[in-house]
Amino acid sequence: MSSWTWFHRLASPPSFYRLADRLAPWLGWLSLALLAYGWINGLFFAPEDYQQKDAYRIIYVHVPAAALSLSLYVGMAVAGFVALVWRMKLAESALIAIAPVGASFTALALVTGMLWGKPMWGAYWVWDARLTSELVLLFLYLGVIGLWQAFEDPRAAARACALLAVVGVINVPIVKYSVDWWNSLHQGSTILKMGKPSITAAMAYPLFASLIGSYLFAGYVVLHRLQNELLLREGGTAWVRELMGKSRV
Amino acid sequence: MSAVLAILTRELRLALRSRMDWLLPLLFFVMVVLLFGLGARPNDPVLAGFAPSILWVGALLSMLLTLDRLFRADYEDGTLEQLCLAEAPLGLTVAAKLAAHWLLTGLPLVLLAAPLAVALQLPAAGLPALVWGLALGTPVLSFVGGFAAALTVALPRAGLLLPLLVLPLLAPVLIFGAGAVRAALGGLDAAAPLYFLAAVLVLCLTLVPWAAAAALRNAFE
Repeated sequence: MSSWTWFHRLASPPSFYRLADRLAPWLGWLSLALLAYGWINGLFFAPEDYQQKDAYRIIYVHVPAAALSLSLYVGMAVAGFVALVWRMKLAESALIAIAPVGASFTALALVTGMLWGKPMWGAYWVWDARLTSELVLLFLYLGVIGLWQAFEDPRAAARACALLAVVGVINVPIVKYSVDWWNSLHQGSTILKMGKPSITAAMAYPLFASLIGSYLFAGYVVLHRLQNELLLREGGTAWVRELMGKSRV
Repeated sequence: MSAVLAILTRELRLALRSRMDWLLPLLFFVMVVLLFGLGARPNDPVLAGFAPSILWVGALLSMLLTLDRLFRADYEDGTLEQLCLAEAPLGLTVAAKLAAHWLLTGLPLVLLAAPLAVALQLPAAGLPALVWGLALGTPVLSFVGGFAAALTVALPRAGLLLPLLVLPLLAPVLIFGAGAVRAALGGLDAAAPLYFLAAVLVLCLTLVPWAAAAALRNAFE
């Protein structure tokens, strides 16, 4: 059992709070550096696409946002599963911290996709599998947020949200593979496939940088939201009082 | 098993004594469909093309009407707490309640859909796919809707929240159900979307009662 002590220490709100305090600045600065490299190179210096011209450059925002919309949902569902099985308070707070961030990235992926769709497909919106399932994902996020706000008791709310998040995770593979399963208007993936990627290096490196940068940014935001959530929930306990006393000096 | 039978008969007996509870959603279904007919041009041929989605959305909405009441009365008079404490596994009890809900709201919708489809001038080729699709899809609506109702049973104003919780989860059922009818109308084989609905149904029958039971337990903690 001794090998699990680090895990139990991580799960206790005060020690997680201190860990997040140390970790968050690293995530923030790293993501800033990567996003600056990725977006400046992607928007100004990467070569033009032979077919889509400059319009393809929206992938430097769209692809990270879409990937995060799925990853954050999976993260939320995993947190929900942990909260349900082990009744871990930290996981309950994490679920609530992730939901609005995930909803924002889903909305960003939808909006950037629509802006790109107008010049490319000739329509802001088409009813195909990828777009529809992504929209359903947004509604699932909003359902979790709405359910959370409807409860007065935060623990009952967190468990109800956890159940909903775990049931809703069935939509994630549908979004991810909709392009392969159905004859979708949305193009297939050009980077994450077996063998040689069908994207040139000058386009790919900024894309990878903005992808990793966005993940770090999401991690940074979630950590801070989680810290606030912990302070709200644990208000009145000794460690929060001590912390607040320190910051006031 | 006897607990399941007891709950089934109890639900059906209760329904017999308050007929309006299950007749009103059916009336609502008929009215929604007829309002679409009234809103279109008289004898508009376009209406037939939209008939699958009108009937499916109508069925979805009228099921949605009944969800708020699914566990509420039992929650308020304490029956639900007794069911949670009872020896019979709560998952089975919940499954029995949801099965009774389908018998009272889902099955009549399936039976009503065929004459309404004729009223919307849906060609006869699409009728079997429509009825089979609804027969496989409405239990999914009952079960997934029952899960959402269980999540919100302790909330005083759950009615506003329920559509947001239920409709995204049910979007695939609508897509494949209406898709089966469109495939049949286009002269294609409707079996693939129907098999998909059947798979979703089996998944719901086995997993959702336990999720709903966990949600009900959460309401009493």
